[in-house]
Amino acid sequence: MPDLMNTIGIWLAAFFTFCIFSFLYRDNPFYKLAEQIFVGLSAGYGLIYVVYSTIVPNLFAKLSQDFSGNLILLIPFALGLMMLTRIYPKTQWISRYPISIVIGTSAAISVMRSLKTDLLLQVGATIINPFQGSTASEISGNLLVIIGTLCGVYFFYFSKKQEGLAKIPSKIGVYFLMVSFGATFGYTVMARISLLIGRLEFLLKDWLHIIN
Amino acid sequence: MKRNIPLILAFVSGLIVIFSEFIPHRPFSSIVDSLQEWFMIISGFAMLLGVMSLLRMNAAKVSTRSPDWQYHLIGIISFGLMVLMGALWGMEEQAGILGQGASISAWLGKKPFDYTYTHVFVPLSATLFSLLAFFIASAAYRAFIIRTLESNLLMIAAVIVILGRTGFGTMLTGWLPESYRFWHLPNLADYIMQYPNTAAQRAIMISAALGVIGSGLRIILGIERSYLGGDK
Amino acid sequence: MSVNTSSHTERRIVFLIIFLAVMVPLIFPIGWGSEVSPIARMSYDLIDETPAGKYGLISFDYEASTITELQPMAVAQIEHAWSKGQKIIATALWPQGPQMAEASFAEAKRNPAYADKEYGVDYVNLGYKVGGIVTLQAMGSSIRDVYPKDSSGKNWDDLPMLKGIRTLKDLAWVSSLSSGVPGLKEWVMIAHDVHNVPVTGGTTAVSAPGFLPYVNDQKQLHGLLGGLKAASEYEMLIDKKGPATTKMDAQSVAHIVILLLITLGNITAFRRKRAKANLTGGQNA
Repeated sequence: MPDLMNTIGIWLAAFFTFCIFSFLYRDNPFYKLAEQIFVGLSAGYGLIYVVYSTIVPNLFAKLSQDFSGNLILLIPFALGLMMLTRIYPKTQWISRYPISIVIGTSAAISVMRSLKTDLLLQVGATIINPFQGSTASEISGNLLVIIGTLCGVYFFYFSKKQEGLAKIPSKIGVYFLMVSFGATFGYTVMARISLLIGRLEFLLKDWLHIIN
Repeated sequence: MKRNIPLILAFVSGLIVIFSEFIPHRPFSSIVDSLQEWFMIISGFAMLLGVMSLLRMNAAKVSTRSPDWQYHLIGIISFGLMVLMGALWGMEEQAGILGQGASISAWLGKKPFDYTYTHVFVPLSATLFSLLAFFIASAAYRAFIIRTLESNLLMIAAVIVILGRTGFGTMLTGWLPESYRFWHLPNLADYIMQYPNTAAQRAIMISAALGVIGSGLRIILGIERSYLGGDK
Repeated sequence: MSVNTSSHTERRIVFLIIFLAVMVPLIFPIGWGSEVSPIARMSYDLIDETPAGKYGLISFDYEASTITELQPMAVAQIEHAWSKGQKIIATALWPQGPQMAEASFAEAKRNPAYADKEYGVDYVNLGYKVGGIVTLQAMGSSIRDVYPKDSSGKNWDDLPMLKGIRTLKDLAWVSSLSSGVPGLKEWVMIAHDVHNVPVTGGTTAVSAPGFLPYVNDQKQLHGLLGGLKAASEYEMLIDKKGPATTKMDAQSVAHIVILLLITLGNITAFRRKRAKANLTGGQNA
């Protein structure tokens, strides 16, 4: 029986694959059906995983094992329930309390982490001796990193209008950004094609058994 | 009351986290540990809120018989089924209300939740995103047109990377002698990624970090209040 | 009306071409070779140089939509770490992560060399937690407090291999396979920049360029695997003809077709522009 159910499952998967692909011709009922099933399953999946992976082990299991020792957990539990009041306009204001704690905590963590990871360490990684490289390509590359980073940051400085000579570094910054966007486009092509390869491999291998 | 207390809560929780960075000892460290655990639990409920909101929106469309309401009804049914299967028999090794569901798992070969995940959810999700391959091909044909020096730079970088990251690119310039290895397409692609791309991405990163720090401080200091919603 | 119809037809022809460009090489492989990039090798070296018995953590921060790019990396890293006698802890910042981890371990165990790897002794799947960066920050103080149970509901204390693990600092390396936020960036921010644990990772090709600034002298990232190509490079390094390697021909042909489409699009645009200029010139005359 499991073998038969597996075969049915593969046909089901192929059916839904074609439902989605049918959108390439035009929007149609099969695509709409598949799209809404996806939305529903996705929400259901998320809900089940949040309950089993966080709410049960980190809250209910701890409370049921040692209620008096974990009394403090009643606070986030209450805050969590207050969060749900956002669903109704009349009670929405109650959700501001948990939201403010979440926002305050995550804003502070983001400030501290971005300050170190994306600002100080990135500035540090740019303050390099460009001539430390052993080959011409490394030296030229190091120079490009320094010039490109400085000019790129300058381009994003919008507080003062960039005119005349002051426009030159900004222009150079744009050139670097364009090269980067081109490279990103190349990588985006790679990513999108990979996804299609995965689906076609499923159809040819698991469904049709044409390839091994 | 409805606005000031939340602003004070955001200020205090933000300040405790920042203090604990500089004074990683009690009481700050233990308060932050608790705050982080609370954050996880509240975030869990926030996800529940997201799901509830989605359901409410879909239910409204069904009840008002808006265009394509039948599909939204199917969405709600799919959601209900997934939750029911997960709640009754659990998923993978995790038991549900009715335990591990040995008999139904023996029949299906997997738990119903996992069966639906593997044979319906995964193909839907993967195929939806694979559509982007067709759209990027179409965009490459219709929109990637050389007009200015900037678009030339973009095009050159894209072409080198597209070729350099394939076996075809490797083959195309693989015959070059050792002294010309720099011009070998995979090496050129690596050079672009490692230097000019890194420079530009670092500039974006530094600028974005300044933005994150600015907006984070505005939230903690109560200048930025949009997360509180309406005025009431 | 006719312009619309021809535009639609043009689009559908492009769709058909790309469909065939991917499908044909999957059926008839070409066998083009490939080279390993220094950044992928750096990622390999991190695991390769870690002594046996040490713990590595792989965070499955992706979902089914990007399985083609990231799953081969996961399987290759698991096999590599096991071949070096290391133990693996799997976590997830995305809800589908635990399923991805389960599938990756199962796939790696299909290799007869690793069939005897035992759950709880050689690897564990701790599962998913919400909270992103805040959760990681909490793992810096105590992983056990964040994960009192694994993904199957077993208690932390019942998993023997976790006895020596308390915080992120007890890990020899972290690898985040990530298709967005939260993911690799958060791991760099917490595991490396706060706790000094070496971090490597894999991302979808789309987001790879944005992570390269972290591959710097300060080793915020120990190399990076960007997309299917990098996954195939990792497979090459561990001497495995895996799922990524077999897909690279289709990838190459599709890339060539995209380049041809760009060329064709530019020629068409150039012709249209010239025809328009001629028409304007004629009218002016």
